[in-house]
Amino acid sequence: MRSGVRSGVLKYLVVGVLAFAGIAAEAQDLASFERRTTVKKLPNGLTLLVCERPEAPVFSFFTLVNAGSANDPGGDSGLAHMFEHMAFKGTDEIGTTNYPAEKVALAKVETAWAAYDAEFRKRVGQDASKLASLKKSFDDAVAEAQRYVIPNQFSQIAEANGAVGINASTGEDSTQYFWSMPSNRLELWAYLESARIRQPVLREFYKERDVVQEERRMRNDSSPIGRMVEQFLATAYVAHPYGRSGVGWESEVSQINATEAAAFHQKYYVPANIVVAVVGDVKAADAMPMLERYFGPIPAGPVPEPMTTVEPKQFAEKSVVIREATQPFYLEGYHRPDYRDPDDAVYDAIADLFSNGRTARLYRSLVRDQKIAAEAEGIPNFPGDKFPSVFAVYAVPVPGHTPEQMRTAIHKELDRLKTEDISDAELARYKTRAKADLLRGLGNNEGLAQQLAEYQTRFGDWRELFRQLAKVDAVSKADVRRVANGIFTAGNRTSARIEYVARAPKSAAAATPVPANAGGAK
Amino acid sequence: MNAPKLTFLLAATTMALVMASPAQVVNDHGPVLAAATTPGSKIPIPPLHSFKPAQPKRVELPNGLVIFLQEDHELPFIDGSVLIRGGRRDEPAAKVGLVSLYGQTWRTSGTATMDGDALDDQMEDKAAKIETNGGLASTSLSWSSLKGDFDSVFASSLDLLLHPVFNQDKLDLAKQQIATGISRRNDSAAGIAGRQVSVLAYGKDSPYARQTEYATIAAVTLADLKAWHERTVVPNGMIVSLSGDFDSAAMEAKLRAAFGPLKRGTPLPPLRTTFSGPKPGVYFVEKNDVNQSSVNVFGLGTEQRNPDLYALAVMNEIFSGGFGSRVVQDVRTKLGLAYSVGGSYGAAYDHPGLFVVGLGTKSESTVPATKAVLDEIAKLKSDPPTADELRNAKDQVLNSFIFNYDSPDKILSEQVTLAFYGYPLDFLEKYREGVEKVSASDVSRVANKYIDVAKLAIIVVGNEAQIKPQLSGLGAVTPVDVTIPPPPGGAQPEQQ
Repeated sequence: MRSGVRSGVLKYLVVGVLAFAGIAAEAQDLASFERRTTVKKLPNGLTLLVCERPEAPVFSFFTLVNAGSANDPGGDSGLAHMFEHMAFKGTDEIGTTNYPAEKVALAKVETAWAAYDAEFRKRVGQDASKLASLKKSFDDAVAEAQRYVIPNQFSQIAEANGAVGINASTGEDSTQYFWSMPSNRLELWAYLESARIRQPVLREFYKERDVVQEERRMRNDSSPIGRMVEQFLATAYVAHPYGRSGVGWESEVSQINATEAAAFHQKYYVPANIVVAVVGDVKAADAMPMLERYFGPIPAGPVPEPMTTVEPKQFAEKSVVIREATQPFYLEGYHRPDYRDPDDAVYDAIADLFSNGRTARLYRSLVRDQKIAAEAEGIPNFPGDKFPSVFAVYAVPVPGHTPEQMRTAIHKELDRLKTEDISDAELARYKTRAKADLLRGLGNNEGLAQQLAEYQTRFGDWRELFRQLAKVDAVSKADVRRVANGIFTAGNRTSARIEYVARAPKSAAAATPVPANAGGAK
Repeated sequence: MNAPKLTFLLAATTMALVMASPAQVVNDHGPVLAAATTPGSKIPIPPLHSFKPAQPKRVELPNGLVIFLQEDHELPFIDGSVLIRGGRRDEPAAKVGLVSLYGQTWRTSGTATMDGDALDDQMEDKAAKIETNGGLASTSLSWSSLKGDFDSVFASSLDLLLHPVFNQDKLDLAKQQIATGISRRNDSAAGIAGRQVSVLAYGKDSPYARQTEYATIAAVTLADLKAWHERTVVPNGMIVSLSGDFDSAAMEAKLRAAFGPLKRGTPLPPLRTTFSGPKPGVYFVEKNDVNQSSVNVFGLGTEQRNPDLYALAVMNEIFSGGFGSRVVQDVRTKLGLAYSVGGSYGAAYDHPGLFVVGLGTKSESTVPATKAVLDEIAKLKSDPPTADELRNAKDQVLNSFIFNYDSPDKILSEQVTLAFYGYPLDFLEKYREGVEKVSASDVSRVANKYIDVAKLAIIVVGNEAQIKPQLSGLGAVTPVDVTIPPPPGGAQPEQQ
């Protein structure tokens, strides 16, 4: 089952349902969605999906590009995310006062950057004065290109036309763009969205790279949990790119350039790799021909080749221990197959049983009864689900308790799954909640657009959103025991913990992150 | 407690969540944006489909209880809530945390006939929820279930409202949760900065800024929770609201039967307190495990009932209302000094909100980035909005106004909030009309009236050794000690 790429909360989107306990109103079953949902694959390969939900004169869209941080080229971690930021910088028509002249100026920026970067990265014989002069040439080229820019015009047009929730996100598996708008702006949106897919202009790239590095400092460098998770993933994976920092290692994200970002776009933002879902006050019969006019002319390109790397089987336990003056934390993970695995719903069932509400096993054991944790949860797939990922479990100790106690308590619960059947009530609860949660998710345009786009991408058919119920219903107690015995083994485990160590007296450097200038050429 | 969620770390996004978005807002008349030269401006914008959202039915019982009923037949669920006057700002200073503890313990303890654990089982079996919560101005009990389970879930909710028990064991559990939050509160630079804004702007003893400490939660007893419940759960201090797949007439009858017999009481009186704003200056908290400073420039804001609200809303849009706003254009896009930058001249319903502009910037650029923000604040007065800025800001508010009421839930929630704070029920419509009328000179007038850089303070949480140029470039620096006071009499936990 899908790990709601962007749901923010760690509740994987529990899904599946054909009819809920016989009471699903007509508006919520697959047959109703069949009538309201239209999918069209355009000749260039782009998939358009329109779902009519005319509750109010608004619509939401979700554009899903089937490439994410896991597709960052070697040496260029952070590139997918960097491109995501650039997709708001406008097009050959939007954000420029004179595109032909700007195009020439931007090409000069790339040439100047390449020369400066080459000198900067010289291992031997770097010439300081030459470096300074190349830096000046680069800065001058940037200033020249900037003359043609109308900053943020793309977003501003959307905002002035009533768009809300303008944003995008880059996960390991995919990159997605979304907002909501009054429904009389559908055609304007189609213009904006198709234009940035077809012809994004990577203007102001190097300033935006600074912005992205601030994002890295916020999420990773300056956050104890962010630092820990980055190290956890880097340790859990030896080969697959899930082990790389999604926002990018500082040395790499600080040196990526617009030429590389353009190549990433060329390779991965081909129509055949994109699904665009629109949900709301939209009539497919009217909208589809209009949407085709905008999205149809995007030039076709070859579907990117599937990734070759498969994470090799782990055979030795690995651990990360961070000793610093921040509060303790414990996280561990076990490798598991990707979302296409027949046992996918079994992993979801275990995570649900572990995590969902105050009846969940980890809550009752670690929080309520042993009183050693403030929070404990299982996550069925981390940090993605398109490729083999890890089933993760974490616990937040209450004051006076240690990561080691979390580990012991978690292992006791994992062992119970291996040696005892779960109860009938627990299994039934998982299935009931899965159905109810699917239903609840159908009542808003944003969530629906996301789910339809994700299922259409991953399974080639949005109907799988509803058909997943069959897989949920098929989960048995024996499945849970079998899967638990299969993956929850010491040799398949990676753990990370933060051990609190009092801060050293002033001036002694303790866990001080690198200063900002530690990256590449600036 | 604010336990860290791993998922937040998974996705990098284009826009940080902190971008404060002041009341979004509508123009159903298909207005045309922009000069003819704007790309896309030739694309037709048809009139928006007419849309008259149903307003909830309001019922007031003789005992003063107010009920709102909002039918929504799209999905087979019914959600309800009881909003109860009185919240954290009304708790005794020596027992800060009482209302949060009450909000947790109420539900986890359960009732005389069904304890909280059994209630958990019963609800989860139905994929239903009953929850209680302690907020700033109110507490609440809410429930959600499939409509077929409504009667039983509502009966349990009513039982919890009228016959709660408060268990020591569950109070201890809640205290432990809150203590965990206290122990972790200095792990986040942005969290420290946010708390200091409240403390410095409202005053450390203000009901709007008091910190929950080990000592104040230790002082809370079961008797305090019971007394709070007795004191606040009175029909003339409560608003009951329901939305979902029901018939209003039948539902009204059920609710009258359930709540009608409650006896009037004395709701908590309105809180009287004074607000003086921060002492201007630069405040600094050292945090040596970060490479990015969290900076807030702040002062007091205003109330929603201020007649200048509309002009201030437009000013906010121009200043920080999105990608096209001044502060984002300058600090983020032009200077590349921040990923997360934004804020607004805030308005609360019944007390002054906060004027906060915040950003995260690498240690080395702390001073220049802060100066850039201060410059933008000063420009609110010196640089009146251009015609383009004014039009864009108003279009942004008005064209998105539909999103204030595009679902029955939002309409209901708006009506409950207005009723709770005693605002006219046509507040939203007035807001739209008010924004439509705002002129450039209105924006200049409110900027001059409300923005005074000399009254603002600056809080920086960062790694002093990396902050070069030094903070003193912003003014005299007052260090702030955020050491967490240890539990009373008890040993300091191993970690604090």
